[in-house]
Amino acid sequence: MFSGFMVNAWEVASIVAVVAGIVGFFTVMRGSAFAAHAIPNGSFAGAAGAILIGASTLIGLGVFSLGGAMTIGLLGRKGRHDVATALTLVAMLALGALFLSFSVEYAPEVYSLLFGEVLGISPNEIAPTAILGALCILAIAILCRPLMLSSLLPEVGEARGISGLRMEMLFLAVLALTTTMTVPVVGTLLIFSLMIGAPAAARSFTDRPLVAMGLSVAIALLTVWVAIAASYETNYPVGFFVGAGSATSYTIGRVCAAWRNRRTAGLPSVT
Amino acid sequence: MNEAPRAAESQEILRVDGVCVRLSGRTILDRVSFQIAPGEFTGLIGSNGAGKTTLFRVILGLQAASAGRVLFGGPAHPREHARRHRLIGYVPQKFLFDPDVPLRARDLVGLGIDAHRLGVPRPSRSRRALVEEMLHAVDAERFADTRVGKLSGGEQQRVLIAHALIGRPRLLLLDEPLANLDLGSAHEVVALLARIAREQKIAVLISAHEINPLLPVMDRIVYLAAGRAVSGTTEEVVRPDVLSELYGHHVDVLHVHGRVLIVAGAGEDTDLAGHEGVFPRSEVLS
Amino acid sequence: MSHFLSPVFASGFFESEAVHIALAVGALVAVVTGVVGVFTVMRGQSFAGEAFGDLGTTGGAGAYLVGVGPLWGFVLGNVIAAGAMEAIGVQRARGRDLATGIVLGAGLGLAALLLHLYTTGHSATGATVTILFGSVFAISSTTIPLIVLLGAIVLAITLTIYRPLLLSSVNAEMASARGIPVRLVGVLYLLALALAAALAAITIGTILSTALIVGPAASALRITRRPLTALLTAAGIGVAAMWLGIVLAYDSYHWPPHGTIWPVSFFVVTLVFITYLLSGLPEARRRRRADRRSSASLVAQPTTTS
Repeated sequence: MFSGFMVNAWEVASIVAVVAGIVGFFTVMRGSAFAAHAIPNGSFAGAAGAILIGASTLIGLGVFSLGGAMTIGLLGRKGRHDVATALTLVAMLALGALFLSFSVEYAPEVYSLLFGEVLGISPNEIAPTAILGALCILAIAILCRPLMLSSLLPEVGEARGISGLRMEMLFLAVLALTTTMTVPVVGTLLIFSLMIGAPAAARSFTDRPLVAMGLSVAIALLTVWVAIAASYETNYPVGFFVGAGSATSYTIGRVCAAWRNRRTAGLPSVT
Repeated sequence: MNEAPRAAESQEILRVDGVCVRLSGRTILDRVSFQIAPGEFTGLIGSNGAGKTTLFRVILGLQAASAGRVLFGGPAHPREHARRHRLIGYVPQKFLFDPDVPLRARDLVGLGIDAHRLGVPRPSRSRRALVEEMLHAVDAERFADTRVGKLSGGEQQRVLIAHALIGRPRLLLLDEPLANLDLGSAHEVVALLARIAREQKIAVLISAHEINPLLPVMDRIVYLAAGRAVSGTTEEVVRPDVLSELYGHHVDVLHVHGRVLIVAGAGEDTDLAGHEGVFPRSEVLS
Repeated sequence: MSHFLSPVFASGFFESEAVHIALAVGALVAVVTGVVGVFTVMRGQSFAGEAFGDLGTTGGAGAYLVGVGPLWGFVLGNVIAAGAMEAIGVQRARGRDLATGIVLGAGLGLAALLLHLYTTGHSATGATVTILFGSVFAISSTTIPLIVLLGAIVLAITLTIYRPLLLSSVNAEMASARGIPVRLVGVLYLLALALAAALAAITIGTILSTALIVGPAASALRITRRPLTALLTAAGIGVAAMWLGIVLAYDSYHWPPHGTIWPVSFFVVTLVFITYLLSGLPEARRRRRADRRSSASLVAQPTTTS
């Protein structure tokens, strides 16, 4: 399991998990679960189109995820954020359906685009993934302070000169970048579950932001590693184990949080 | 648009000069003018709908004035916009923290040091000491390590005050901090703010619709009614003749048990929105 | 008559039975989803609608695996998902999106597994595409009674709880203060949404079904404030988009690439999206006119703010 082509899988998946854990931390904090779901799904059209014209899937993913992210940001400016996200998502998916219908030999490609195909990763995909991943982490590192404030207290952020709209657009762009590098591994339909399950679980175990981010990465890594091992053994798709793993960690987190609350409920409340 | 001239050196921290705001055909603010000196405690009093929040938004630069200008004193800064942001510490009226968010009170206060800066901060002893100092100043050490979302409303407010203070502002702006507090808590917050203003020489501008909790500590009052304002000391402003002219109809000022009651006379056009305790023949304004 | 209309309707359009079925089923589904969609948008639950759509994939894959028609799979899968979401607490605003997302992730993971099992067991590789993107021309006439029944159920539920649903969607606190069982109404509405999403899935596919639920409703609500008008408008937009989509798809047989039609779902979704964008124009124009009017009344004074 740890030799030959599988090494690629472990390396790439680990990079994906680290990025998903970090970006996911902010995704959950901002309540952007829907956007994290919509952007990858929309990028599907880009991949389908790229396959159609014989271009690199990565470029197709990148262009469409960025385009989708900007559209969501712009359309959602004046309220009705969820509607804007939903419609942009389906519009792009519909385009993907169209591209799909133009080509003939699609089925396995479609499946792996949607649900991931980490076992089929070639060595020359490691470098682009690593570079994109580094860019994502760098972007978050640069923006982390204004992003945090704007996410928690948008008014106070504005008073400090931090434009909520600019932060939203920048964050959506980072989401798009994350999508581009993670979709080939986990698939468009499942990447977001890795991005929200791990951070959501991490929150239940600690009150400190930095520790929560670290835990988020750790849980994401664990999820991905278990998923790869299980997929190798059973031949079932990696995406299944990622989805199940994220749901499991979220549930464990909720249970722990409830247990913690019950323990501290007996203490006198601070005025 | 040129940069506006700076207010007179160190004599004013803030000068609002003839500010008008018109939106969708309605006049929200009409030639509002007042100034605040360093270390002064000013109360912006007015009922709901009088225009307090709009005025704050203009001061913060979030709302453009249709006419008039806002000038800031204090130390110069290469960029005018940045000067405004450095000068003002803002505590909003509404804040809602999800109890699941992994952020302690201490972390939120620390965020206030330089949230506008890009990049990752290097944890240092001086940062930690500064956070401790601020937590102590607002009496929040007890719950410094508790999750922000788990604190009570009053505790969260104190954390937000510390967050605003840690940036070393010269002017602390609080939007209706007393609105949802019971009288006891309201007095506590006012006492805290007055102490901060005195000890750290920070000007405080707080908006409220109830004048009484602020009476003991206000150096200056800006009374806002239907978009128009009168400013001065309490003795100068809270008088029947001054307020009657401001409101445009007869107003009485009663002193009852050490409290001030501003009452509109029984009249036909009492076009005053959002008051508490409306009495059948007359209205208590504040 | 065919002479006159032949540029618009490709030959054989009115004679084909598949087209008849598509038009009839499509219209019924559009009406049902439009009606339920109005409440979905009002309640801000577009993500839940989206989740049902995607989770239909799981149900559909399961149905294929077991050997029954996909519609049964969509219905059963969605109803189970509704139960799961209700249990997690999708009605409470806080953490709602997160809970929905987790259920969605788990469900899609399961869908991945089921599709994998199906496609390795059988040689039919088109299942994924059919489930996801729909095939309104391939609806067999035997499914029609079930479709009509489901549509009737959804409309019956919605019309029965119309007023309480409307009130609790606009302001839940006020509604419960009036004695309305907000939780129960919410559960019934969720059930209606689950069934509506299943119906949408057989026409334009699971992951695109949100378009029919959210799109016409969102456009209608931008055009009118009155609920009854919004319901009728949403249904109307849905039917129009569906019929026009069917016509265009049929005609596209003659468009490049020749010999195959463009998917109906592509046309329907695109039309719905364009309608949504256009529905925002009157409001934007109104706002621009109001701003121009108020700025004209400004007194000429120095307007610099520091």
